[in-house]
Amino acid sequence: MKTKLFAVPYIIWMALFVCIPIVLIVVYAFTNDAGAFTFENFKGMTSYASVFGRSFLLAAIATIICILIGYPLSIVMSKFPSNWQKIFTMLIMLPMWMNFLLRTYAWMSILEKTGLISQLLGLVGLPPLDIINTNTAVVIGMVYNFLPFMVLPIYSVVTKIDRSLIEAAQDLGATPGKVFKKVTLPLSLPGVLSGITMVFVPAVSTFVISQLLGGGKHMLLGDLIEMQFLGTAYNPHLGSAIALVMMIIVIICLRIMNRFGDGEGQAVIL
Amino acid sequence: MKNMKKIIALLLAVCCVGAVMAGCGSGSSAGTNGEVTVCNWGEYIDEDVLDQFEEETGIKVNYTYFNSNETLYSTLNTGGASYDVIIPSDYMISRLIDEGMLEQLDFANIPNYALIDDQYKGLEYDPDELYSVPYMGGTVGIIYNTTMIEDEITGWSALFDPRYEGDILMFDNPRDALGIALLYLGYSLNTESEAELNEAYALLEQQKPLVQAYVMDQIFDKLESGEAAIGPYYAGDYLTMIENNPDLAFVVPEEGTNQFVDAMCIPKGSENKANAEAFINFMCETDVCLANMDMIGYTSANAEACEIYAQELDEEAAAIMFPSEEVINRCEVFKNLSPEALAMYDALWTKLKSGA
Amino acid sequence: MTRRNARLGGKIFTALVFLFLYAPIFVLIVFSFNSSKSRTTWTGFSFKWYAELFQNDAIMSSLYTTLLVAVISALIATVLGTFAALGFYTMKKRWRNPLLEVNNIPLMNADVVTGVSLCLLFVAAAAIMGDFTAWINKIFGTDLKTNFHLGFATLLIAHISFNTPYVILSVMPKLYQLDRNLVDAAQDLGCTFMQAFFKVVVPQIMPGIVNGIIIAFTMSIDDFVISYFTAGSTVNTLSMTIYAMARRRVSPEINAISTLLFLAVLILLVIINLREIRQEDKKKRLQKAIAR
Repeated sequence: MKTKLFAVPYIIWMALFVCIPIVLIVVYAFTNDAGAFTFENFKGMTSYASVFGRSFLLAAIATIICILIGYPLSIVMSKFPSNWQKIFTMLIMLPMWMNFLLRTYAWMSILEKTGLISQLLGLVGLPPLDIINTNTAVVIGMVYNFLPFMVLPIYSVVTKIDRSLIEAAQDLGATPGKVFKKVTLPLSLPGVLSGITMVFVPAVSTFVISQLLGGGKHMLLGDLIEMQFLGTAYNPHLGSAIALVMMIIVIICLRIMNRFGDGEGQAVIL
Repeated sequence: MKNMKKIIALLLAVCCVGAVMAGCGSGSSAGTNGEVTVCNWGEYIDEDVLDQFEEETGIKVNYTYFNSNETLYSTLNTGGASYDVIIPSDYMISRLIDEGMLEQLDFANIPNYALIDDQYKGLEYDPDELYSVPYMGGTVGIIYNTTMIEDEITGWSALFDPRYEGDILMFDNPRDALGIALLYLGYSLNTESEAELNEAYALLEQQKPLVQAYVMDQIFDKLESGEAAIGPYYAGDYLTMIENNPDLAFVVPEEGTNQFVDAMCIPKGSENKANAEAFINFMCETDVCLANMDMIGYTSANAEACEIYAQELDEEAAAIMFPSEEVINRCEVFKNLSPEALAMYDALWTKLKSGA
Repeated sequence: MTRRNARLGGKIFTALVFLFLYAPIFVLIVFSFNSSKSRTTWTGFSFKWYAELFQNDAIMSSLYTTLLVAVISALIATVLGTFAALGFYTMKKRWRNPLLEVNNIPLMNADVVTGVSLCLLFVAAAAIMGDFTAWINKIFGTDLKTNFHLGFATLLIAHISFNTPYVILSVMPKLYQLDRNLVDAAQDLGCTFMQAFFKVVVPQIMPGIVNGIIIAFTMSIDDFVISYFTAGSTVNTLSMTIYAMARRRVSPEINAISTLLFLAVLILLVIINLREIRQEDKKKRLQKAIAR
């Protein structure tokens, strides 16, 4: 088949709308308002260390919680009859069809001091919940929004594990724990790795969740970048520099992580 | 496989139907005389007047919102946006003029400019009356919930009071937030002194653990529902909030406060300048000003409308919308600052928001 | 016994996770029927927000934009992505791998960075195009538009850009499963290349294409961040309208429209799934009958 040329339109497309934008970010990061080359934008970076620290920490916590919930869920789901499995995957995708801003906003109604949980607590005479506008609320929002991105790749890998491998291990006398450690876990690792990518990256760069559930008090990297472009402190050069540094750190993290995988660090989506 | 095809077909069909329906819904009012894109503060107009404008002129209004003067400035600067009418505050207008970002208005198209009260004309931000037509004015004060705070609030100190920890809201923009700290410390709102600004910053940093959230218009929701107890905001909005929660009270702090004027301008690059001027002219009509005032509770720049509206107001609302001489004397107006001072503001603000 | 306990535990765990996933959705749906604007206090049942919804221009036009962008971008992305995948498939590895790396950039990159970088590109492009038409106007005395802004076109380009990688990722695996001999066989039997392509290759990779279009569509509907930076001031997607509202007060009309969209998708999926299940049952029964 001589279909090589079929890719040409998309290669041009990628050059225009994927490569050039990134070059622009780099250019902006290394220039000032007058268009002259400068390192100025990176000099002040240390003063945002707390934002970098907080973003990566919260995103890491959210990712770990997503694994802790998503992994067992995928295993449990894969043990159900196949009709049920279909319904479960559908149910996991379904929330994505309700706007994510709105779902996050609904968490505000649930978690607020005058919100629904607090009202329920009030009925039984307990004091109201006090977690809205804290880092906890932000992490809840992240886990909620990104959990499907952890479950789907793990689940799709887990269902493809050859049952006979597990049975063989059992026949050879492996305990359930050992079967899990030696067979299921290594075989499902690619799913976990792509799940981590798909949760960690959006979590580290979100600005909506922190604005709605964090009360604008604890800025994350996404807030900081958005603030420099469309927010209250206009400086696209600084914003680009922060975006660039974030991108590089994220790429390094992902590269290190994929070392643990099988090298084919491609996202398994469905 | 076949099922999958059907899913797609169905999905697309549903979407098309939805799109067509939505299209009909929104297309009905499409203007025969072009359009005008307006960017205004949230909760700052009686949206019925927009329909009235569309009917009268056949110009379709794309109505969008901004959050604070600084976000408007960012949006304009980042580029790509095409607004025809914007309504920033005094100090921001002066900055936009200085940076050559506004079009000069053709006042021949805005005959209703004659209806604007003389006290709003030729103010410091646009001394030659070239770029702006005043829309509304007002003051900043403290709004608080009397069921949650029993003491009587008199000054800015309440916003720094540890007793209200977790119940305090604060402005989410640099000028207003730092401005409050400066007033509390007894400095001018327009100071460019690094020492004074640093002191104000230190105060805000100290206040941060007490603050529930940094907000702009989210304050409506939070104060009305009792989610928060106290916060500084624009006086007119108090009149809107009290309709939904009568427990709220308003005070102009004794240390003084900010008085502002928001005016309509046309940014450079506007594609519908004539329509924009028609819109500005329309917004100056007495009836329209009355409707807007009634909705939002700010003081219109139209003298006649104010006179009519003042007659039907109760004492409290009148005191807020038409403050006494004594209150006015305590107020200070924001002015545009030097680029160095603005950079300082940006840096301090980013530091405050990004801090632990 | 312990096994049964473990199963029960699994079921309870699953139920709890789904409770977590659906609690906010339930809250949204319930409060779309609330008679007041409050989002936490129930004041009585009412359909009023559904009635007012259809009068609300801002919401209806943003719904229109959202659906239109989603449909067009998903279709274009699918065509672009499927052809690109075919092209990549026949390329030598040393060309394919770097291209796939670039293809992965929008997937791995943070939305904010993608959005901001596209915004920078579009603004620069608008300026260049403006200068160019101004130059043409000067030379030829024409009266072309010199003032370009972000709008529907840039929004669409942005959506296609982040949708296509998903299509490629879901088509590629199907291509690798393809038996090349089939194409040769078809051509040996007298098919032209194009016939072989449409009769043999396309049907084989169809599940991947279908999957790709669904993902692309969903991603486009659910996107906020990239739209926020690339749509300019005159077009709004539903997400952008909701974001603007969330910074003031969210009107329950938004709950109403989301409930409607959600129910539409739910019903659609239920119908399709029931059908599939029924068909599979039929197949099984048939197989049993044959086996007997």
